[in-house]
Amino acid sequence: MRYSGWQVLAQGLTGNRRWARAWRDPAPKDAYDIVIIGGGGHGLSTAYYLAKEHGLTNIAVLEKGYLGGGSVGRNTTIVRANYFLEGNSQFYSHSMKLWEGLEGDLNYNVMHSQRGLINLFHSDGQRDAFVRRGNMMINQGDDAILLDREGCRKLLPYLDYDQTRFPIYGGLYHPRGGTARHDAVAWGYARGADRRGVDLIQNCEVTGIDISGGRVTGVQTSRGAIRARKVAIVVAGRSSQVAAMAGLRLPIESHVLQAFVTEGLKPVIDHVISYGMGHFYISQSDKGGLVFGGDLDFYASYAARGNLPMVEHVAEAGMTLMPMIGKARMLRSWGGIMDMSPDGSPIIDRTAVEGLYLNCGWCYGGFKAVPGSGHCFAHLIATDRPHAAAAAYRLDRFATGRGLMDEEGTGSQHNLH
Amino acid sequence: MRVEGRGLVDRTRPVRFRFNGQDVAGFAGDTIASALLAKGVRLMGRSFKYHRPRGVMTAGAEDPNTLMQVGRGDAMIPNTRATVQEIFDGLVAQSQNHLGPLDRDLMAINDLLWPFLATGFYYKTFMWPRSFWEKLYEPVIRRAAGLGRMTRAPEPQHHEKAFAFCDVLVIGGGPAGLMAALTAAQGGADVIVVEETAAFGGRLLSDSQKIDGADASFWVEDMLKALDATGRVRRMARTTVTGAYDDGSYGALERVARHLPPAPDLPPECFWRIRARQAVLAAGAHERPIAFPMNDRPGIMLAGAVRSYLNRYGVAAGRNVTVFATHDDAHRTAVDLLAAGVKVAAVIDSRADAQPQGDYRLIAGAQVIGTKGRQGLREISYRAGSRTSTLITDCLAVSGGWNPAVHLTCHLGGRPVWDEGRQMFLPAPGAVPGLTAAGACNGAMSTAACLREGREAGRAALKALGLRTPRGPALPQADDADPRGQTLWVVPGRGRAWLDFANDVTTKDVTQAAAEGFRSVEHMKRYTTQGMAPDQGKNSNIVALALLADATGRAIPETGTTTYRPPYAPLTMGALGAFGQGHGFAPERLMTSHAASLARGAPMIEAGLWYRPSYFPAPGETTWQDACDREVRMVRGAVGVIDVSTLGKIDIQGPDAGAFLDFVYTNSFSTLPVGRVRYGLMLREDGHVMDDGTTARLGAHHYVMTTTTAAAGQVMAHLDLVAQGLRPDLDLRLISATEAWAQFSVAGPRARDLLNGVLDRPIDDAGFPFMACGSVGVHGIAGRLFRISFSGEQAYEIAVPARYGDALYRDLVARAETLGGGAYGLEALNVLRIEKGFITHAEIHGRVTAHDIGMGRMLSEKKEFIGKAAAARPGLLEPGRERLVGLRPVAPAGVLTAGARLFLPDDPHDRVHDQGYVTSVGHSPMLGHMIGMGFLRHGPERIGQQIVLVDHLRAIRTLVEVVSPVFFDPEGGRARG
Amino acid sequence: MQIPCPMCGLRDSREFTCKGDAVTLDRPADGAAPEVWHAYIHLRDNPAGPTRELWYHGGGCGAWLVVARNTVTHAVSGATLASEAHHAR
Repeated sequence: MRYSGWQVLAQGLTGNRRWARAWRDPAPKDAYDIVIIGGGGHGLSTAYYLAKEHGLTNIAVLEKGYLGGGSVGRNTTIVRANYFLEGNSQFYSHSMKLWEGLEGDLNYNVMHSQRGLINLFHSDGQRDAFVRRGNMMINQGDDAILLDREGCRKLLPYLDYDQTRFPIYGGLYHPRGGTARHDAVAWGYARGADRRGVDLIQNCEVTGIDISGGRVTGVQTSRGAIRARKVAIVVAGRSSQVAAMAGLRLPIESHVLQAFVTEGLKPVIDHVISYGMGHFYISQSDKGGLVFGGDLDFYASYAARGNLPMVEHVAEAGMTLMPMIGKARMLRSWGGIMDMSPDGSPIIDRTAVEGLYLNCGWCYGGFKAVPGSGHCFAHLIATDRPHAAAAAYRLDRFATGRGLMDEEGTGSQHNLH
Repeated sequence: MRVEGRGLVDRTRPVRFRFNGQDVAGFAGDTIASALLAKGVRLMGRSFKYHRPRGVMTAGAEDPNTLMQVGRGDAMIPNTRATVQEIFDGLVAQSQNHLGPLDRDLMAINDLLWPFLATGFYYKTFMWPRSFWEKLYEPVIRRAAGLGRMTRAPEPQHHEKAFAFCDVLVIGGGPAGLMAALTAAQGGADVIVVEETAAFGGRLLSDSQKIDGADASFWVEDMLKALDATGRVRRMARTTVTGAYDDGSYGALERVARHLPPAPDLPPECFWRIRARQAVLAAGAHERPIAFPMNDRPGIMLAGAVRSYLNRYGVAAGRNVTVFATHDDAHRTAVDLLAAGVKVAAVIDSRADAQPQGDYRLIAGAQVIGTKGRQGLREISYRAGSRTSTLITDCLAVSGGWNPAVHLTCHLGGRPVWDEGRQMFLPAPGAVPGLTAAGACNGAMSTAACLREGREAGRAALKALGLRTPRGPALPQADDADPRGQTLWVVPGRGRAWLDFANDVTTKDVTQAAAEGFRSVEHMKRYTTQGMAPDQGKNSNIVALALLADATGRAIPETGTTTYRPPYAPLTMGALGAFGQGHGFAPERLMTSHAASLARGAPMIEAGLWYRPSYFPAPGETTWQDACDREVRMVRGAVGVIDVSTLGKIDIQGPDAGAFLDFVYTNSFSTLPVGRVRYGLMLREDGHVMDDGTTARLGAHHYVMTTTTAAAGQVMAHLDLVAQGLRPDLDLRLISATEAWAQFSVAGPRARDLLNGVLDRPIDDAGFPFMACGSVGVHGIAGRLFRISFSGEQAYEIAVPARYGDALYRDLVARAETLGGGAYGLEALNVLRIEKGFITHAEIHGRVTAHDIGMGRMLSEKKEFIGKAAAARPGLLEPGRERLVGLRPVAPAGVLTAGARLFLPDDPHDRVHDQGYVTSVGHSPMLGHMIGMGFLRHGPERIGQQIVLVDHLRAIRTLVEVVSPVFFDPEGGRARG
Repeated sequence: MQIPCPMCGLRDSREFTCKGDAVTLDRPADGAAPEVWHAYIHLRDNPAGPTRELWYHGGGCGAWLVVARNTVTHAVSGATLASEAHHAR
């Protein structure tokens, strides 16, 4: 069933009783060409692009819980292409281009809203770093505008320019940055993959990876064994555990990142804003809630929840940056489990096991990468060659020191990002 | 309608407030909701999506319908629950989320279009044309959505935060909570007992019950006296525990003064961080609505809320009330209303065998199947067997039973357990370590059971604390009947039946979602937005789950469970972030020279947490550049003084101090002679540069390390780790001495002349050569002197204990001025160091190696050091890496900018051809043009070549020459002079 | 969260920073093979369950601790001084 305004009208007139299922609920078959472990945003988009771009449809996506139940439904929904290191720059740019055609491609309104993102800076040094970033964005063909303090004031009149602890020097404005409805991204890809024949199998936990003679042959699951010629691991938050089933030890630590939403308000914040002196970023959802987040809790965790110190830090940052926020009430908080890689950048690569592919290490930047990650991972799985836009995401870069992508400059080792 | 002789409101204290521009009179103790109900006002708000008229549904914080904007102007708080907000003289409240007057909301057109606004409709349309999303669809949706309005200015008043500690935290001040608190306190525990509303007592204040034969309110009063008498109990009313966190940490929001007229010295709210060794959850239960057709009209309320308004506020919610119930408990509503003289039209009970508990008309085995009344309930229709009838009524009191308030037990990931027999979710035991549930939140639905469980929980807490269990308190006589009931989630019929009133989610939405494949509870919630509204699903999650189970042919436990995340109730951001506003966000570190710098008119700028002077304006100067140029010339021509106390200073002592430094620095320090200073480079274990600085050897076993301002904390933690964790075999101690010493750099050809005016014993070049250090007397004070230079001039850093800093700084600057010099600031410091090619964290930004900054030779081959192995990885040594160079405009007027990119002259200016970037620039008054530093592929190999600097953002293209980063005095003779 | 600092007693986690898996203490010897260094710096077991971590009491006594903690429940079961943990190996 194709979605459209006419369809909404027609269905509405007949009591909304004839909507087709968004996806089937198939039982797993004995064997597939490709098994994708993980039905999150990246896994679903990988399946979608394998089917769409490479004509491969004998695919199962195995999901332990429900589709889109991981980080794709637990983030602050920000979509941007404002990276500045070789490797990241072209990848996120590629992903942004996919975002820009996503609704039409999926026939699903993921509410991708290019409302503009502003990274604020608060010192000459930060300004220089953001200028460097902005110039690389333009190098890559993306958009960036340097705002001075008055430029920020015009765009964001409600920030505290006069009393705040760290004055606003200006901002790097990324007009194509924005937000999207996170769940819809997962559902749109799921529906698109399903319509092309991919089996999306929920409540199916992978318990083992079968390897024979250095080659992957299938997986063991809570719903039986499934043979496969190729197996792709794309399970942010559980990457270490699933990779361990294949005997791999990863450069990954799992951390919790909290996010928050307030009660609904009439429009007050029209952009995405990122504070430069304490981790805090905020936008307003179309429903009216202020969606915001902060930094990691900074200890390894598999519990999808955090603790008060970071909650308070985020609220304090909000108060110093935009004190109006004090009148809003936080409605919900939640935690997502982040695959933290040493340099803060992801891994899309083959592994030492033939036919076993790995997509992990998205740290706290995975949502905006969903289209690009799936697109490039599908290319790698289908062709055994990395996609040009993701060629830098090698697993061996830590061993060789070549092509490290430490955007934050905090170091290419654990616990620093 | 006010009822005489009932309620806790103070009828001797009338209170006047305004609602939607009208004056309303109530009494002290009223909420906005009770005062409006007393005046017969039923319409109080509009729903989120369909803009349906809505009135009060509950009497607590979970009300989904009566969110209002309270206060005036910038003090106006949106989404305030009328059921919680107590009235005071001068309070101003307005309904929200409507276009035009509340009773003629133009947005109510949505209610006519409801078939087209079904669940998820927005995922299926608004896709064409693509550019219309940002231009048209989204702005329209955003304006229509949202709830209350708030101005973009801060609330004039400030909230507060506080810590509290106790042995036992009791959450809830009803019968179970009071018993638990008293038991714990009598056993010797320090207790905090919190109650969400203004008064302790819980349901005892809302239901007319007897305890020990007397009105329950007497028992509550006695209990409060007994609690106070123990001297161990802190009672906190108007306080909501919002979250359970690890290791007995709880968040709580106290509404300190929201019930009072604004006063400058009163924080409206206070966020408490409570650390409790044990906790008792006695949070009660929320009444369960029934999803029957058109169940959302003003006048349709929960039965327990009708009793609350009657017994607690003295207000009859209607003149002719009907009760729709599935269990005995709700019949009390009819009994209480009759006793208060309010007419009861009927009690409609879904059970065929229901028995009346009083003199009212009971319609057993019946269900309400429809309602009428555009802006308030007028009539209901019901079906008994095969017959349908109507009843004229203005208030329908509904109860489908109770849902235990298990929320806090879910905050650490625990999942509540479905009790099939009692048809309710109960807390999973041990879900929050140290927390015991008691009373209605644990499924105990009679008062006697609540009292019993409260005492047991108090005793359990004492036991866990290792305290003795007291004999008391005695259990009083109370109602012990566990109310019988039947489960009725949904009544089928024509018309929409609401589940989530706040988000306008109806039963049709849930069944449609299930039909579309959203069968997991989480999918259903996210697709329909069920439970995502301000009431957080407190009124609707369980019914929705039951309906989903039915729609998918599964039992409730296999369908899923409902779980809750913090906060339990929406939490005011201003309280959570209290003290963060303005300068409170981060500590301010001030140098001892701060006041003197201010007195000289220096703009102070942030350097991490520190404040440092940017420049010192002189008469006649119009820009910072004028001052900067003058200060640079002053240092190069005479002498300048700058406070460098922000640099980290780490005192390292012990026989193995030298070996330790050899391990943390790439170069050797054990070979440094006493009385000398050496520059050191420090790597992270990943082989990249962490920090640089100088370290002085003051004695055989005594070094003082200097770090950069930015990395001081990081380096200290790193050194501690190395000393304690990696090399505990080395005998040394280290401590941060950053705040202990005030340190000033005195630089310029007249530096020694200046210093000799303050030193007890003059120095000369031979006796105190470049890179010497030692103890000195400064005006009779024991100080330290280091001959190091960050400007390339003859320079010293002089250190005295911080308490003498202000005096010494003023003295040094005054003496400098007599020598043609003076104070200089960060801007000049920056130009001086760029002229010399000295790096800062603009260059060592975390991604560079020693090789990149031309210091590869500082990686000692002879010894082990942190980062050595990783620095040897091939990728870190490639010649094609971006490496440090100096940059000079080919045309003297050429502009350099930091952050610009570098390209070969004929290449396109894109990523593929990018050759590097600029890190630092400045105008050199000595050279008369701009100079810069940057990183360039193959860097030093390209010295002498011309490249193009491109700053896309600022539309700058400049032809530059690659040069050595040392622009001024490359031989370094001036520093040695 | 609370950390039982052997020097200071049970203290709020706000006073501490965490530096991840305590394998950091097992630093390879000078001249170890590159693969050994790679594993030491980058590869982690990253267990979902009990783990040993380094925590720094920077807001207190300045001690580095080896804390036994569960990454699923956040339960802390003990802490020793890193200096002593090292000797104990």
